[in-house]
Amino acid sequence: MAGLIKTKPTPPRWLLAELTYACPLQCPYCSNPIDYTKYQTELDTEDWKRVLTQARKMGAVQLGFSGGEPLTRKDLTELVKHARDLGYYSNLITSGYGLTEEKIIQLKEAGLDHIQVSIQASSQELNDHIAGTASFEHKKQVAHLVKKHGYPMVLCVVIHRENIHQMPEILAMAEELGADYLELANTQYYGWAHANRDLLLPTQAQFEKAEAIAQAFKETVTGKMKIYYVVPDFYEDRPKACMNGWGTTFLTVAPDGVALPCHSARELPGLDCPNVKDYSIEEIWNESKAFNFFRGDDWMKEPCRSCDEKNKDFGGCHCQAYLLTGDMYNADPVCSKSPDHGVIQQAIDSAAKSALSANEKPLLFRNSKNSKLLS
Amino acid sequence: MTINPDQVINFSRTHRLQWEEAQQKNVILYPEGMVELNESSAEILKLCDGTRNLAQIVSDLEQKFSTSGLTNDITAFLEVALQNGWINQN
Ligand code: SF4
Ligand code: SF4
Repeated sequence: MAGLIKTKPTPPRWLLAELTYACPLQCPYCSNPIDYTKYQTELDTEDWKRVLTQARKMGAVQLGFSGGEPLTRKDLTELVKHARDLGYYSNLITSGYGLTEEKIIQLKEAGLDHIQVSIQASSQELNDHIAGTASFEHKKQVAHLVKKHGYPMVLCVVIHRENIHQMPEILAMAEELGADYLELANTQYYGWAHANRDLLLPTQAQFEKAEAIAQAFKETVTGKMKIYYVVPDFYEDRPKACMNGWGTTFLTVAPDGVALPCHSARELPGLDCPNVKDYSIEEIWNESKAFNFFRGDDWMKEPCRSCDEKNKDFGGCHCQAYLLTGDMYNADPVCSKSPDHGVIQQAIDSAAKSALSANEKPLLFRNSKNSKLLS
Repeated sequence: MTINPDQVINFSRTHRLQWEEAQQKNVILYPEGMVELNESSAEILKLCDGTRNLAQIVSDLEQKFSTSGLTNDITAFLEVALQNGWINQN
């Protein structure tokens, strides 16, 4: 355990319930682990209810049902109802695939607060290509139905090199669909996105152009639509504050019951992430090795240890440090103070080279075949 | 965006105002977000139930806390609330 626990940690506020790794889509930027096919077992309904109850008791209030595709779980409505009874604000994070009007009504009656629908692009051709499944028209229809049944409508578009040029059309589509919130999430390079980085990472010029367009649009829709813009950290010189501080706010529970301080923490070595089948949420949050691993700053090396910004970004993302430098105790290489900062430029150059090359390798889609092949 | 004094004020249907036992605070919940409220903000928002206009909210609160001169503070807060989409007037 990294350091002694000096004060009692702040309680979790957000619970991300990854109900399943099953998904009919195949997005090449999916944040699920590459080797997700190794984790076939899923928690049952009673396990999930217990997790929800225990986390709520500690103070969790925002709840995300995600996956994979959470709609593939037959007990989703039952879990939503349980969440509502406990007083959670529940968010369904879905591709919209397979969502019917009947189900939308049923979930509303069970107490679901909002549905976030992801769309991959503003045109059918590109959407269906990226999703690896014909789904565009249905998604648009789902967005209308979500709105019709009185949910706040959150549209999420993950941005990368294949769709970044569609920014004006994406914004127009969000307006046409009547989105209350639009999440423009620049791809974060973990999981499948890491494997596909050469094909997904846009150039700095592309980023800047898209950001300026989004920014100008934002001003025209104040009061009507809120825009969440997830920054592309590869073009920043300071890292994002990892999970608002490790083990301070966020708790993710993976489909098989493994509790994670951040949804990609499964990729980090030696954390021994505990399973909710073996421990209570309180034990996991307060006492487990994994959740205490990067709490506070005892674990830090230089340049973070003596840095006066360490309370701002907590050294950045440990998963990114691990993926890009091989050592999770290093500063996030996005930081310009990191001795490994050069790897970011290398990644940018390598992606630019790939974009210019005549025989770019194809995108690696997220599906069981590829998962088995790579793990 | 300003408050229309003649119209009643509603709390947004797409936000939720709720007491949080663990935090001993009222909070506003919305898609992927949460705002913690202090006591007076929560008192004001609880009266935005579609039955009162600005003047009625002010007089109810002045009565409740046996005080006067709250108009400016309450108006300023409600304008922020309106901009954030927590309340509306239609
Ligand atoms: S990112 Fe795409 S493939 Fe991954 S879970 Fe979401 S919808 Fe499914
Ligand atoms: S050196 Fe570490 S703590 Fe300082 S800004 Fe960079 S990542 Fe953050």
